[in-house]
Amino acid sequence: MTAVEDRPATAGPAKEVGQARRRKEDARLITGKTTWTDNLVLPGMLHLAVVRSPFAHAKILAVDVEAARSAPNVVAVLTGQDFKEEQGSIPCAWPVTPDMVNPGHPSVAVEEVNHVGEAVAVIVARSKAAAQDAVELVDVDYHPLPVVVDMERATGANPDLCHDHLDTNESFRWIFDAGEAGTGQNTDEAFAAADVVVRRRFVQQRLIPAFMEPRATVVQPQGDGYTMWSSTQVPHILRIMLAMITGVPEHKLRVIAPDVGGGFGGKLQVTPEEVLTLLVARKLGKPVKWTETRSESLMSAHHGRDQIQHIEIAADREGNVKGLKVHLLADMGAYLRLVSPGVPILGAFMFPGIYKFPAYRFDCQGVFTNKTPTDAYRGAGRPEATFAIERIMDELAVELDMDPLELRRKNWIGAQEFPFTTVAGLEYDSGDYDEATRQALELLGYDELRAEQQRRRETNDPVQLGIGFSTFTEMCGLAPSRVLGSHPYGAGGWEHASIRMLPTGKVEVVTGSTPHGQGHETAWSQLVADELGVPFEDVEVLHGDTAISARGLDTYGSRSLVVGGAAVVNAAQKVVAKARTVAAHLLEASEEDLQFEGGTFSVRGTPGTGVSIQELALATFAAHNFPEGVEPSLDADATFDPVNFSFPHGTHVCAMEVDTETGRVSIRKYACVDDVGKIVNPLIVEGQVHGGLAQGIAQALYEEAVYDADGNLTTGTFVDYLVPSAADLPHFDTANTVHEAPGNPIGAKGVGEAGCIASTPAVVNAALDAVRHLGVSDILMPLTPERVWRAIHQGGDGGDRATAGTNAYGGAQTETTTGVSTPESSLGGDR
Amino acid sequence: MIPAAFEYVRPSTVDEALRALADGGEDAKILAGGQSLIPVMRLRLAAPSTVVDLTRVSELRGVREDGDALVIGAMTTHSDVVSDPLIAQHAPLIAQATETVADRQVRHRGTFGGALAHADPAGDLPAVALALDAEFVLAGAGGRRTVPAREFFVDYLTTALAEDEILVEVRVPKLAGQWGMHYEKFNRVAQAWSIVAVAAAVRREDGHIAEARIGLTNMGPTPLRATATEQALAGATAGADAIAGAAAHAAEGTAPSDDLNAKADYREHLARVLTRRAVTAAAGIQG
Amino acid sequence: MTQISVRVDGVTYTDEVEPRTLLVHHLRERLGKVGTVVGCDTSNCGACTVHRDGEAVKSCTVLAVQADGSEVTTIEGIAQNGSLHPMQKAFHEMHGLQCGYCTPGMIMASIDLVADNPDPSEHEVREGIEGNLCRCTGYQNIVRAVQQAAAEMRGSTPDTLGAQA
Repeated sequence: MTAVEDRPATAGPAKEVGQARRRKEDARLITGKTTWTDNLVLPGMLHLAVVRSPFAHAKILAVDVEAARSAPNVVAVLTGQDFKEEQGSIPCAWPVTPDMVNPGHPSVAVEEVNHVGEAVAVIVARSKAAAQDAVELVDVDYHPLPVVVDMERATGANPDLCHDHLDTNESFRWIFDAGEAGTGQNTDEAFAAADVVVRRRFVQQRLIPAFMEPRATVVQPQGDGYTMWSSTQVPHILRIMLAMITGVPEHKLRVIAPDVGGGFGGKLQVTPEEVLTLLVARKLGKPVKWTETRSESLMSAHHGRDQIQHIEIAADREGNVKGLKVHLLADMGAYLRLVSPGVPILGAFMFPGIYKFPAYRFDCQGVFTNKTPTDAYRGAGRPEATFAIERIMDELAVELDMDPLELRRKNWIGAQEFPFTTVAGLEYDSGDYDEATRQALELLGYDELRAEQQRRRETNDPVQLGIGFSTFTEMCGLAPSRVLGSHPYGAGGWEHASIRMLPTGKVEVVTGSTPHGQGHETAWSQLVADELGVPFEDVEVLHGDTAISARGLDTYGSRSLVVGGAAVVNAAQKVVAKARTVAAHLLEASEEDLQFEGGTFSVRGTPGTGVSIQELALATFAAHNFPEGVEPSLDADATFDPVNFSFPHGTHVCAMEVDTETGRVSIRKYACVDDVGKIVNPLIVEGQVHGGLAQGIAQALYEEAVYDADGNLTTGTFVDYLVPSAADLPHFDTANTVHEAPGNPIGAKGVGEAGCIASTPAVVNAALDAVRHLGVSDILMPLTPERVWRAIHQGGDGGDRATAGTNAYGGAQTETTTGVSTPESSLGGDR
Repeated sequence: MIPAAFEYVRPSTVDEALRALADGGEDAKILAGGQSLIPVMRLRLAAPSTVVDLTRVSELRGVREDGDALVIGAMTTHSDVVSDPLIAQHAPLIAQATETVADRQVRHRGTFGGALAHADPAGDLPAVALALDAEFVLAGAGGRRTVPAREFFVDYLTTALAEDEILVEVRVPKLAGQWGMHYEKFNRVAQAWSIVAVAAAVRREDGHIAEARIGLTNMGPTPLRATATEQALAGATAGADAIAGAAAHAAEGTAPSDDLNAKADYREHLARVLTRRAVTAAAGIQG
Repeated sequence: MTQISVRVDGVTYTDEVEPRTLLVHHLRERLGKVGTVVGCDTSNCGACTVHRDGEAVKSCTVLAVQADGSEVTTIEGIAQNGSLHPMQKAFHEMHGLQCGYCTPGMIMASIDLVADNPDPSEHEVREGIEGNLCRCTGYQNIVRAVQQAAAEMRGSTPDTLGAQA
């Protein structure tokens, strides 16, 4: 028998996609060889510090900068008067309605301040210490105005106004009605005909993204151009917007996001500080650095969530849902930032969740208050929607005396029904909710825990147990450009990639999707290694510098792999196509007779022939022997614009212990099964889920940006804004089902936000399940022990928290951390 | 943030420290472990003109026995306290409470005396010192004086220390008899200060509680003793009902504040529950 | 200005510093040890954790003048002869980091923990790193990494060699 003919082609390396590759990024991060923006030191660099308003709403009568200006090592002190002609407005790229009211957002206040922490002057000094010292020397004369902090009061009768020059606190009103849109029935009729209607008011408390790396920006003027390094998620968007705001021509501005320490939406922004650093560098012609302190970050970087949700669900007695109505108040804070108004609108399509509602109406008012602006925070609109629907499904189950899972099963989209067009008009791509749920229950050990719950109830145990669900989906892969344009977002949703074949056969991949911890360098290397058949190690991923990565729309909305990765794959396939032409020429064969496997082109049926794509790279570099009329380059680029969103889904189950004596809740067990489509790197997927869970659980249990009646942020440090530590979070049991997304060449759906979106309602539902028999039907987030205790023993939802910060560090609250000076600020002793 | 500028003095003896303190005037501040003072200076809540750093005053560091008392040097770090065999033997309550202070990095720097002199009512050690009837030895230009815990804590962040005095050591009476101790802390996240905490030391005798000492953390501007509960426990049966009955008095005479984590009535409730739990644990009873 | 002399990652540096200079700023801005970072103002986040005379401390809550005469080890000084510290390796192997900002402090705190407790349980690791905040990982893989490194560090200690039986 002659083996020659039948011998399989040279076995290429094992497929990279699907392997738990350890991350390439780690080498620099675990050794401290990183390039955080704050690490940068440039010759002659000046330091910028920002003087911030301690008032939530006031007229600026005068700003006396003389003392600061004459302080040692201070180079300049600049105010709104100095910048009013050139600073423009922080851009809002998402005017959700044609008549949306945008008050304009100066980077440094000129006549009026509208939230505590708003910039009123900047100090430029030779050292950071000198700049910070001089902050205290700027004397601003304020005339305080009435403060608007409460959305319901702001939209009620005769409200005080957040902005003096507006006659309303409403920025916009945005309505989606499935009946009118033709995607569903008439909602009012559906409700009128329903057996059961359940109404609830849920509160999405205000959160702070709290990325670990405080924001920093360095600007270096060079000739008539500028280079900006910034700890941003969006260097490409930042460059365009800065050019539009400041008039620096786009081609004279290079923006670099070096290593960026987390973002979670919090660095998806064009910030006043970035604008100011550029303006100061332009004015003084010197390199300038601004690095924020944590207390500055908490008070002035944008916040997230902050909605009051009125939700109504209609059903028949058998538990078939008939309709859904949502009325939202969405707190914009004092100004509109990059996508502030778009956040609740992103959520608008997700309130129906995974359920087959025949009717749906969504009505949202964007409201101004004298607080820090809100904008994207992990999930951006979708966690809010998921929370509301998953919470009210439990409430409906109670009303109908049904098992909450049974109710969900009865109404969710069946695995065989995909693609499924929802009442909100979205086409869900793929999935199997039943299978994910089955696996999640198994992971949790559901039956045993239900039995234990029963025992604890029967023995009247002071520690009660509850189990909560969240069967969720989300829209990811932001976004089809045409859809964005119809809403009308100010940019597209495509992503760009290019691949450069270096002469030695190494590969450079340039991505427009800018990472800040996700692991793009690793995952993109895996994609390209498979497509080109080159070793993982031979691929280098470049990103985050507008001079290297010329086109891009950056990282947010679980889009990187789904959109950016797809562009990488398409670019790689173009490289292979170009290489095929060269290979055919060199192998003196026709292209149709070539096969490409394991990185090598060979002539079908002719063993021993072959040329690798890496060899072709050298041959192309030399270009000595090249096919006629073909350009000597294998490089290719691709721009991928998705035609649809992708829809990860999953079932999250939380078992919660509630100490009914103290109100303390603690997660006993947490299990989830997520379907994020094709998994390129299971390690990274798991990590993303874990991190999302931590943030979603933190919303349920720990975090809240609290303002007092004067508009002071009393959670102004990590002492009071409680980011949980390892000791405050449970072990997670996670798994996946895989239903590939049909909308991109990888089949991935996106994973960055899943854990964060899904977990919050599972946790709250679990706590309520533990104490519902004690008469509790809702508890406000975060579920502080005090609130849980009050709900159990006094009824209600736990009520408002006192707004005073704790007395830790003697009340770690100053004008620079909260806006108020406490009488206790003189201190003694030590810890 | 960066602290405001200050003069820095690093004495190596108590006498040098006292001179430095006197020279520094009223804006001089003692730096012990710095784990509260430095953050507060970074936030510019405090801007002392002179900082007198006691970290090199070696005579202030360490634990020794002196007859019926355990003597803890003011500059003994929290980690030294946690691992000290004498404290484990005679005052395990101190070790137990100290282990809950902040986190391991802070415990490496923070000091026993610093935490007491800071007199933060949310701090863990003042209530423990109060429960154990500790005595505070203060050194001043005129010599040394001893102040009982009940008189040391004067008000919010205010102690009996005069401006020119330094807390040099704390004397903790060794307890005679069969004592059990427990520190019951209630906070929202691991490294946070106590919302309320209860330090309990209970002496059992023939199935009865002969004596109980209970210190309350963060139930007023100073640490407090739960006197009514102590009285109710004296001579009571060491059983769940008696303890619960006594613990119901734990909030009497307290004046807790309202903040993000708790309004006063909830703090009072917590004081009762946590006192019951602390005493139950200290008395070695199944709860 | 006060003259201080600090041995950092094996090299002695003598400098004039303002007393108010925090150790972390001295490390970063004077000595170029930018591997150690600042994450907060209140000693909560632990990103700045280094070892001072063998003990983990938060270098934002120590004055540079207080480090005079002491030995400081940062994330940049724990690899020996070009090979990573077991804790660094384990963080990489177990995917114990994402953005990496908290990682230097997390690794330095974890080494300190394992020095005290060579075989920590999951619970003990979680308690042991309570002074370090991470916003990315949800901590689970950090806990795994610390336990894996602890195992390797136990194995490599001559005292415990052969003790597995």
